[in-house]
Amino acid sequence: MTMQLASTEIASRTAAIIQELKGFEGPLLPILHGIQEEFGHVPQDVLPVIAEALNISRAEVHGVVSFYHDFRARPAGRHVLKLCQAEACQSMGSDAVAAKLKQLLGIGFHETTRDGSVTLEPVYCLGLCACAPSAMLDGEVIGRLDDEKLDEIVAEVRS
Amino acid sequence: MIPRIYIPGDSGALALGAEKVAKAIARELAERGVEAKIVRNGSRGAYFLEPMVEVATANGRVAYGPVKPTDVKSLFDSGFLTGGHHKRWLGAPDKIPFLAKQTRLTFARCGINDPLSLDAYKSHGGLKGLQNAVAMAPADIVSQVTASGLRGRGGAGFPTGIKWKTVLDTAGDRKYIVCNADEGDSATFADRMIMEGDPFVLIEGMAIAGIATGATKGFVYIRSEYPHAVATMNKAVAIARKAGVLGVNVLGSPNAFDMEIRVGAGAYVCGEETSLLNSLEGKRGVVRAKPPLPAIQGLFGKPTVINNVISLASVPVIMDKGAAFYKDYGMGRSRGTIPIQIAGNVKHGGLFEAAFGMTLGEIVDDIGGGTATGRPVKAVQVGGPLGAYFPRALFDTPFDYEAFAAKDGLIGHAGITVFDDTADMLKQARFAMEFCAIESCGKCTPCRIGSTRGVETIDRLAAGIEPEKNLALVTDLCNTMKFGSLCALGGFTPYPVMSSITHFPEDFKPAPTRVAAE
Repeated sequence: MTMQLASTEIASRTAAIIQELKGFEGPLLPILHGIQEEFGHVPQDVLPVIAEALNISRAEVHGVVSFYHDFRARPAGRHVLKLCQAEACQSMGSDAVAAKLKQLLGIGFHETTRDGSVTLEPVYCLGLCACAPSAMLDGEVIGRLDDEKLDEIVAEVRS
Repeated sequence: MIPRIYIPGDSGALALGAEKVAKAIARELAERGVEAKIVRNGSRGAYFLEPMVEVATANGRVAYGPVKPTDVKSLFDSGFLTGGHHKRWLGAPDKIPFLAKQTRLTFARCGINDPLSLDAYKSHGGLKGLQNAVAMAPADIVSQVTASGLRGRGGAGFPTGIKWKTVLDTAGDRKYIVCNADEGDSATFADRMIMEGDPFVLIEGMAIAGIATGATKGFVYIRSEYPHAVATMNKAVAIARKAGVLGVNVLGSPNAFDMEIRVGAGAYVCGEETSLLNSLEGKRGVVRAKPPLPAIQGLFGKPTVINNVISLASVPVIMDKGAAFYKDYGMGRSRGTIPIQIAGNVKHGGLFEAAFGMTLGEIVDDIGGGTATGRPVKAVQVGGPLGAYFPRALFDTPFDYEAFAAKDGLIGHAGITVFDDTADMLKQARFAMEFCAIESCGKCTPCRIGSTRGVETIDRLAAGIEPEKNLALVTDLCNTMKFGSLCALGGFTPYPVMSSITHFPEDFKPAPTRVAAE
């Protein structure tokens, strides 16, 4: 979803998502998840549309979007690699794993490679603490990361 | 009889290659023209043996693990479909020492069958608790849960029955059951395992909670980092609804109860119950001041039971086998069993459900088998990122809420992270402050600003700048955060920091001395 969308198109697709989820009790998070799934991020243009539909202020919508780590203001790379940096993974050397990956990909955390192939993010626990260090690549879980697995990951995101 | 092969679909097993193993087995079956049914079960929790493949034979189940895709051909050659010997052969799964030593009440079914088979659930004792509950008066259900001694497994340890009683006794045109499945603490995966491996037990527990308190609607708030658990729970709720376990007539009774699965958005603080309620309402996940208690004014201002996954999943066995049965396990005021999650740098990592009372040393050394790296254990963090670091000197502490509190620690959600002697406790203390700064909701000053000042002060300590003064400053800051924060995030961050300073003072000495000491 790296192409630029016309704001009218964003508005119409957003309206469809809102229509579907508006009936939920506390619909804002489900709507935002729906929008991120649709566009790959939460475009600024949708904020007034949501605010209007839910009868809340645009500032309130912005407040919610900006509170949660998951919602992106800009599209991510084609792949998203989340690397666990929490204690259980630290005890198995996740610092070194992060350093190596950053070097292999040439980016830091919260950054996307210049060719748009991958975004690297830290995550604080994937619940794979007995299989540390762990990562998640596009929703697929990977445990006991070692050099071999890191090379496989890098090859996959570059292909 | 067509042979049945069980290959876990649990995300821990998947992370270790279970999917590739499943594909390799399916391919091998096709190539050899052998007929067999592949069942994707949950995990039994012995992650050091995952992917653990089981085969149902005439003499019961036989397990093999950890199985690699490259083992598959030789497994077939060794006749593993009839339990044949192989280097990965483990024998009967319930005889594997790590599993045989456990007392499985909450996790009795987890990892044995297809988690989405309601028939398998029923044939292994499922729904009996709910059947009993629909025939009882709400107050009697609440009394039974209270009498069992069950305390909140999310970390706070508040008696579940008392919470339920408050909701039952509070008038409301609508009441809610909210399940806190925002399992964000490092070293914990019990909630994930039960949601992926035995989702109906959680649904049953929530339905019982609804009937007991007069709530008709439930929400499970699952963190977004658990996509597999979200998928399994969604499917399980649909199945339960279709089978009449949920709906306007729960199990054919006049009680109505239905539920929805909701997904978080990556905020650790939403594991705090009032933040979670705000998040469910579609707001920023900011902590609410208490009172009012959620039991009186919770979700959308209505009386709300908010319980952890494991608390709710422990209710069915209590309603099935009775309060006395459950209460019989444990020690002191910690009754029943607790799923201990052994994680990090440990040889035998996994989930170990046991009655309260084992010592930390037994858990780490005997059950966990020491570190994965083979080096000496330096510290263990009990209770996630807000839990204290314990040295070997405290390994005689029994696993009990009060015993841990007496040693300035906490059980939390019962996750244990093991560190070997290469761990730098100053770095761990700094991380605790850094994590608090990243995840603070920002509502109260001690947490929001204290955590950032904490990182800076520890950095000065690491650089050897006025060590005594800065150490005193960190201690004072921790005191302010502990007593001045609204919730456990700011209030408990001092546990890992102060325990590191207290038990590992050598790691906080100025840099030149530290280098010389090594």
